[in-house]
Amino acid sequence: MSADVELDRVTIRFGSFTAVEDASLKIAGGEFFSLLGPSGCGKTTLLRTISGFLDPSEGSVRIGGEDMRGIEPNRRPTALIFQNLALFPLMTVADNIGYGLRVRGVPRAQRMARAAELLSLVALPDQGHKRVSELSGGQKQRVAIARALAVEPKVLLLDEPLSALDLKLRQHMRNELRAIQKRVGITFIYITHDQGEALTMSDRIAVMNHGVIEQVGTGREIYAEPRTPFVASFVGENNGIEGRVSQVVGARAAIDTPLGRLVGRRGEGAEAGAAGTIFVRPESLRVVAPGGTAALEAEIASTAFEGSTTHVFLRASNGQKLTMTVDMRDAAALPAPGATLRLSCDEADAIVLGTGGATA
Amino acid sequence: MSNPLTAAILFSAPLAVALAFWLLALRDRRLAGDPASLGFFRRNGPVVGAFLLAATAFWILFMIVWPMLYMVDYSFHRKLPPTRRGGPDDVYTLENYWYFVYGSTRVFTNYNWVHINAFWQTIAVSVVITVANFAICYPLAYYMAQVAKPGRLRVLLLLLIVPYWVNEILRAFAFMVLFGTGGTINKLLLAMGAISAPIDFIGQNVALYSGLTYAYLLLMVFPLYNAIESLDHNQIEAARDLGAPWWHIHLHVVMPFAKPGIASGCTLVFMLSAGALAAPLVLGGPKTLWFTPIVYDRFYQAFNWQQGSAYAIILLLTCVAFVMAVMRLFKVSLSEITR
Repeated sequence: MSADVELDRVTIRFGSFTAVEDASLKIAGGEFFSLLGPSGCGKTTLLRTISGFLDPSEGSVRIGGEDMRGIEPNRRPTALIFQNLALFPLMTVADNIGYGLRVRGVPRAQRMARAAELLSLVALPDQGHKRVSELSGGQKQRVAIARALAVEPKVLLLDEPLSALDLKLRQHMRNELRAIQKRVGITFIYITHDQGEALTMSDRIAVMNHGVIEQVGTGREIYAEPRTPFVASFVGENNGIEGRVSQVVGARAAIDTPLGRLVGRRGEGAEAGAAGTIFVRPESLRVVAPGGTAALEAEIASTAFEGSTTHVFLRASNGQKLTMTVDMRDAAALPAPGATLRLSCDEADAIVLGTGGATA
Repeated sequence: MSNPLTAAILFSAPLAVALAFWLLALRDRRLAGDPASLGFFRRNGPVVGAFLLAATAFWILFMIVWPMLYMVDYSFHRKLPPTRRGGPDDVYTLENYWYFVYGSTRVFTNYNWVHINAFWQTIAVSVVITVANFAICYPLAYYMAQVAKPGRLRVLLLLLIVPYWVNEILRAFAFMVLFGTGGTINKLLLAMGAISAPIDFIGQNVALYSGLTYAYLLLMVFPLYNAIESLDHNQIEAARDLGAPWWHIHLHVVMPFAKPGIASGCTLVFMLSAGALAAPLVLGGPKTLWFTPIVYDRFYQAFNWQQGSAYAIILLLTCVAFVMAVMRLFKVSLSEITR
């Protein structure tokens, strides 16, 4: 059983500080939904509001169509996995998992059976008798998931649960989490500041910054069609070149930058005369063949070999830093650092976004 | 002590020791490199290490074990005039213990009910006071440790500590002013018309029990506060999120975690209540029977140090045995308490 979660113009204030402002979201039942943003962007606050530890100052949270105002966390159909997991250290693994059932008066034998079931679901069979302190980080992770699933929530809330794990394990757990979500079929709301995590696991992502949800969409959408400069630079690597939009023709916008006039797709807020930024992904920059027309020029500052790709760090004449990613074959043809490259980019691969302010 | 030289030596010795200790520490720090993760002697240096050992041993043996052993030895002797001490009459005997049970050293037909009752009553009331103290302090400690903001916490701590700057005897007398037949509480109740005649709080032991509860409040609050404070607040929220009502969280998450603190607080309060002297002397009614004043009387009214020692040891051993039994019951080990 899963339930949809709906945030309707939720604003959360602490005194004079606004942690979340006017957030509206519709998360479908059974969806793996991520809230992505840098630390302090309000994503944890939002999660705590959904789980019931905070009440919104304005707006409402609905789960399965039911308004949750005034409903305590212990009465909501949600279960929260804490960043530090918050397993009970004095209980065994099985008792941890069975705690929610114990609260509900389920007899011990039944609890233990359910714990064993859940342990095999999270790939930790026969570990129920162990103490929590005997487990490794990844195992604790699984126990926390099992404990949350034991109460059969309709929505599982995860607050950066992978952040304490090392890189290898983190990548493994991503797949694992996704697989568990597929198996249990309930709504997952996942909080992370790691865009890689969000992109690989989620059906949809909401990108948050300074308490505001800047964009909601699939990973592909927010990567390819960022609606704000923040989303463009936060999700994936991006080269942002600031300037002023000079001309808008159909779906294209031209922008005057210190590096010359550049053209890209017309994005949100790209009005003629407005301040804007053109974003070009490192993999979209290309070296122009001799004789071709270059959009911009930059000097190679350094290169970093990454196996299948090589990052090329560039510096334009005005000091602007740019990054380009080239594959192995092109990397071999690169001149030494210090040489100047003539670069271009398909208009369709660049996007011009308005940076607010000064719409003339 | 009348000799000024003796007095001078006595008072300057601790200062001299402290100074020497400090100088040695300075010297050792210069000689030794990184003090981390070395053995006791290698960490402290031979001189300071030996001093630490000797000082601790002196303190434990000379100040604690030796006088106690003396008391134990006393308790097995008869009270004799100085001239006959060490003579043929000065033999080991259980007389002082029999006196506690039978009220006589020769006739064993009647039990010494007055003392036995006072003894058990002291233990029983101390248990009640300990429980009452826990009931008062647990919510307070929980609030301080998990709920209160830092500013509020500081104010609370100050409010808790400041009253204890007042001397214990003074506090006991203050309770008398509060609880006496012409005291504040009675006046208030009379004025409100709640009662028609003053209540004898002191005769009913209400004053004594309140006074004792109040006297050891801090010794309960702080161990509890320390234990609860180290509990990760997320665990409380996790339990709540999993559906637990508040009482379930306290019973199954907070209290098991705070068990060492609960045990150490309860032990302190129980031991000190059972051994309290000032409050029972001041706040006890004419019919009040508390065991420690009886022990006191053995020493200073009956001038029978041997009997007094026996009484004190009976109280001590019973209390220790009782505490150990309760700890066993709740599965707390001694090492946990001192954590």
